[in-house]
Amino acid sequence: MGISRRDFFKRTATIAGTSLLGSGAIAHAYEKGGPSIFSKGNTANRKNWKQWEERKKAPAPEEPYSVLIDTTRCIGCRRCEWACNEWNKNPNKPIKEFEASVNQKKSVFDNVRRTHAGTFTVVNRYISSKDRNPIYVKKQCMQCEDPGCLSACFVEAFKKTAEGSVLYNPSVCIGCRYCMIACPFDIPAYEYYEVLNPQVTKCTMCYDRITKEGGVPACVEICLAETLRFGKRSELINLAHERIINNPGKYVDHVYGEHEVGGASWLYLSSVPFDEIGLRTDIGTTPIPKASNGFLFAVKMFEIVGAWPLVFGAYYAISKARNKHKPSHDTSSEKKGEGHGAKH
Amino acid sequence: MAQNTNTWFREKILLGMTPRDYIISNFNVPNLIAAVIVGLGVAVMIYRLFFGLGPSTNLSDTYPWGLWIGFDVLVGIALAAPGLALGTAVHLFGMKEYHHFVRPAILSSLLGYIFAVFALMFDLGRYYRIPYLIGWSWGFSSILFLIGWHFFLYINICLIEWAPALFEWLNLRKLREFFSKLAIWATIFGVIIAGGHQSALGGLYLVAPAKLHPLWYSILLPVFFLLSAIFAGIGMVIVESSITHKIFKRQLKDFNEAEYNRLVIGLGKGAASALFIYFILKLFDLAHSNTWGYLNTPYGYWYLVEILGFVLLPAILFTHSARKEKPKLVQFSGFLTAFGVILNRLNVSIIAYNWYLPTSQKYYPLWSEIALSIGVVGMLVLAYRFIVNRMAIMHEHPDYESVH
Repeated sequence: MGISRRDFFKRTATIAGTSLLGSGAIAHAYEKGGPSIFSKGNTANRKNWKQWEERKKAPAPEEPYSVLIDTTRCIGCRRCEWACNEWNKNPNKPIKEFEASVNQKKSVFDNVRRTHAGTFTVVNRYISSKDRNPIYVKKQCMQCEDPGCLSACFVEAFKKTAEGSVLYNPSVCIGCRYCMIACPFDIPAYEYYEVLNPQVTKCTMCYDRITKEGGVPACVEICLAETLRFGKRSELINLAHERIINNPGKYVDHVYGEHEVGGASWLYLSSVPFDEIGLRTDIGTTPIPKASNGFLFAVKMFEIVGAWPLVFGAYYAISKARNKHKPSHDTSSEKKGEGHGAKH
Repeated sequence: MAQNTNTWFREKILLGMTPRDYIISNFNVPNLIAAVIVGLGVAVMIYRLFFGLGPSTNLSDTYPWGLWIGFDVLVGIALAAPGLALGTAVHLFGMKEYHHFVRPAILSSLLGYIFAVFALMFDLGRYYRIPYLIGWSWGFSSILFLIGWHFFLYINICLIEWAPALFEWLNLRKLREFFSKLAIWATIFGVIIAGGHQSALGGLYLVAPAKLHPLWYSILLPVFFLLSAIFAGIGMVIVESSITHKIFKRQLKDFNEAEYNRLVIGLGKGAASALFIYFILKLFDLAHSNTWGYLNTPYGYWYLVEILGFVLLPAILFTHSARKEKPKLVQFSGFLTAFGVILNRLNVSIIAYNWYLPTSQKYYPLWSEIALSIGVVGMLVLAYRFIVNRMAIMHEHPDYESVH
């Protein structure tokens, strides 16, 4: 074999990218939503939640896990999408159709896609501002350290596990979809076409795999290009910074996900600024729950502390009104007092 | 016995008419229009229950909340603030001359909340699980949890405040006295609870700093929502009273126009102060977050329409009409204020939400979403009319003395 599979993909990807450029910049056209928006009957949620409930007693790992995505290595084969669908029992197609996209003139890469009810991860294509080559960027739940979805949920359907996964419990969810509002990465999707038991769906970093001995997420296992790397979070952060230092000029000096909205379990390396590859840089480093905590505290203080002056003030007003009426209508003083609350 | 219940039903429900006469008396054009509106709304409700949210709405993974939250809940609850505004004025600040406005205000709050929650049921994916929120699984870190509980409590508070009118109608003197005694306490807790959740509705969007347009996003969102609920409440009292005083005129035997106009102008003054405070806070917010630059963009122009046309303009009109004593202008400004609050809630929840998306990706409601929302409004109006025609809301009950 003179040419490895990976090199083959890389070369064809470059050709496809350059030919694309000639035909105009369509990479930033958004997609309205593929067939996976119709998906329903998710089973991964329940499976993972059950796994968590069973593991509650088991010793927690000393450190949360992470996945590092080196976008400079990704060849756009989309095998991770296939593997994710396969493992999580989402609607799937033959793996060949995923692999073919990168060479097609018209492909799913023409649109920027997002996660949907039956898709936990998507790979998008962007054109590098540095060398006009395509950059493939995998997108999935970031598994935030301090998740917005978790704090937004009014029935506590989310859980951040010691492994790093953010899990969703479909058996308490009422379906308000506030978690989708609160997610700064626009990840949770909803089974809008399920009539009675719709669920929120998203990646769990394969909680049901990583809790097994030596288990890694399905996408990481199938990745040929060594784009994805699973490990302990602190080790991967060190590795990411090492790569930046050891390859001067190759990377932007930033590990996306290290500090974004308080840190996430998925980390990204990129050769161009992150907002050019669909990762928002305007979300800050403050965890989303911090935005609502202060207000919740203020309301509690108002309702507990501020309520008492109001109550006593009202009591004072009632007794004053009662006394005022006494001299003139001594017979009906009681009635006057108690009637004070009535509207007429 | 059967004869007895029959007369009761005829007296209380059919307003003393025979069923035949009652139906004939209600067979007119406005009622037919109402029937079509409500009928269409009910049809959409059934469709949603049988086919799910997907086919019956334009909601998507990027726009999880649409018209049913933005209009039915956010607008609905803001416009249901009359009970808060007038309950506070009359019971806490002792502005007794406004007690005539209190019962209609309480009724519109009660119905506003009930129908907002009713409409919300169709937006929830698993509406049948709503009791979970009260007694099963508590998400203390969620602002929505606070809102859910406050809605539940506030509907109960409104029921207590409304109960005296109900028991006057049923002629149950003991129960009426009991609830009259409770009413002041209900009002106090009502102020606390209503203040809490009106602001919390704005607080909902605190968690979306990256999605809401910087001109609308602010750490002061809860304050803005609370303040605007207050002037929305006063505005709605003005709007409702100008409508109901026309429609239910025969119920107002000793109606004193001059006195009524004086009170309406007083309401206008209250609304003007709230509007001015709101406007100044908005300016401070602009300066603090330094978002002046956005003003010269399409979203900025839209923001200026909202702030100048529906906050500053009604504030000035209210002030002007109070000085020149023009009750008609107060009524117009009331309309303007209420419309401005509708605009504000839709801006926050829909128009300025996901503002960076291209127009083709933006959410716009499906016809069925609009039909359901209008249908619910229709139901509310019919329920309001049904109650006002039967209970002592607009006037004093002849058998019960006024206590003020």
